Amino acid sequence: MTATAAIRTPFKPNWWARLGWLLLVVYCFYALSELQITWERFVIGLGTGAKFLSELFPPGMKRLGLLLDNLIETVEIAVISSAFGILLSLPLGFLAARNLMPGWLTWPSRAIIALSRSFHPVIFAILFVKAVGFGPLAGILTLVFASIGFVGKLFAEAIEEISLKPVEAMKAAGAPFMSVITYGVLPQVFNRFIGFSTYQFDSNLRNSTMIGVVGAGGIGGTLFAAFQRFDYDFLCTILLSIIGLIMIGEYLAVKIKAVFND
Amino acid sequence: MTDHRHWERFTRAQRLARFAVYLGAVALLAVSMKTVEVIPDFLFDAPKQVVDLLNRMWPVDFGAYHKQGIHKALIETLNISTLGTIVALIMAVPVGVMAAKNIVQIPLLNWIAKFILVSSRTVNTLVWAILFVAVFGPGALAGTMAIAFRSIGFCGKLLGEALEEIKPGPIEALKAAGAPWTSILIKGYWPQVAPAFWGISLFRWDINVRESAVIGLVGAGGIGVSLEDALNMFRWTQVSLVLVCIFAVVVLAEVFVTKIRQKLI
Repeated sequence: MTATAAIRTPFKPNWWARLGWLLLVVYCFYALSELQITWERFVIGLGTGAKFLSELFPPGMKRLGLLLDNLIETVEIAVISSAFGILLSLPLGFLAARNLMPGWLTWPSRAIIALSRSFHPVIFAILFVKAVGFGPLAGILTLVFASIGFVGKLFAEAIEEISLKPVEAMKAAGAPFMSVITYGVLPQVFNRFIGFSTYQFDSNLRNSTMIGVVGAGGIGGTLFAAFQRFDYDFLCTILLSIIGLIMIGEYLAVKIKAVFND
Repeated sequence: MTDHRHWERFTRAQRLARFAVYLGAVALLAVSMKTVEVIPDFLFDAPKQVVDLLNRMWPVDFGAYHKQGIHKALIETLNISTLGTIVALIMAVPVGVMAAKNIVQIPLLNWIAKFILVSSRTVNTLVWAILFVAVFGPGALAGTMAIAFRSIGFCGKLLGEALEEIKPGPIEALKAAGAPWTSILIKGYWPQVAPAFWGISLFRWDINVRESAVIGLVGAGGIGVSLEDALNMFRWTQVSLVLVCIFAVVVLAEVFVTKIRQKLI
């Protein structure tokens, strides 16, 4: 016993882990060859990258009016889609909560929520652009969909986690259904709901800067156009303004949450 | 004595703040609704147009799966997302360590790390893809780099937080025994953050599978290129095939991640 204890190594080599790491390295080489990524291409890219960066800076100061219009449109898309998306996801979340609703109501609502989460917003944006044409309407529809998927799912989960005691007490006292919802369920999930909503507004703002790339309105379209025209100093201005916009959005979301959390 | 006590849940300032938020939200919505350039005819026409679009997409043209190289594009998408996640992790580990205040006690380095993480997250994958297409030219290399650069912020932030939450006991023991800092990192920190690390990697990989399906729209490789081609040629039944494929891959990735997670963590 003492002999085995004496030669025991403190950190035993784990051969399975080492094999795993080796496999990971092998996979990397396979993927690199499969994607035709070579070191030369990478090095050439670094040279182009340096040139690209030097063309990006300093940011161009022309067409600021266009930039401002686009930024406003981006914010508008985010605001409208957040409002409608959250409003729609409220009843859907209720209907999808399995502790309050019967099965024949929860599964169709869950199906709608799952459907709106199934694809990346950009794919929905493409489809809506094809259906309703270029412009902010397609973007709004896309982000309404995205909001339903996210807020609806989390809201349903939040409702499923509530304590049923106040609900039962109210039912026992003979309260009508709507009162049970307003005074028994809503106060328990309200704070989390505010959290989801501010988060969704934040992510809608982020996404509304990008869906323009496929023509669904907002600053993304101008960004992609600037890129295609090699108008790199304007591209830089757009990028910086997007970053600024998202920072403001994040700051606002934190502030709003603070108002409701105390 | 009618002077009974009046209870209020919130102070006046709190109520005022809440009211201000509601008012601000409604005002912003009203202004947006008024100024946004939505053509009402298009809005009312939308359900009809969507149904029409779905009609054109039906039936799904499964024959194009091998003919149009969609299988190859799918594999490429998976490779881009996996390789992108790996590259991201390689870059995110040092940044995450640098962001953890209990490991690196130099505020300047913490700030630099925070800056890298925030800037990686504020720029969308699609925008990263546009930038890298300009640098590396169209193709999978640009896509991989876009996925990687977008993921640094996510992985680095969560990794830094996991590192800040570890127990200092083993670290102090290793330090007391005179271990070099590489050993402290590998034998003291790593075993404690390994579950978090694998969790973060899997979660990000799952997200990246979704993201890598769309970066092809700006020319960064993968199934998005097939989608773009099919759209440009108005091959609607092929568009629906690509959508079905993306959906299947996303669902499979999610199932795979859930299974691995149960085994690993």
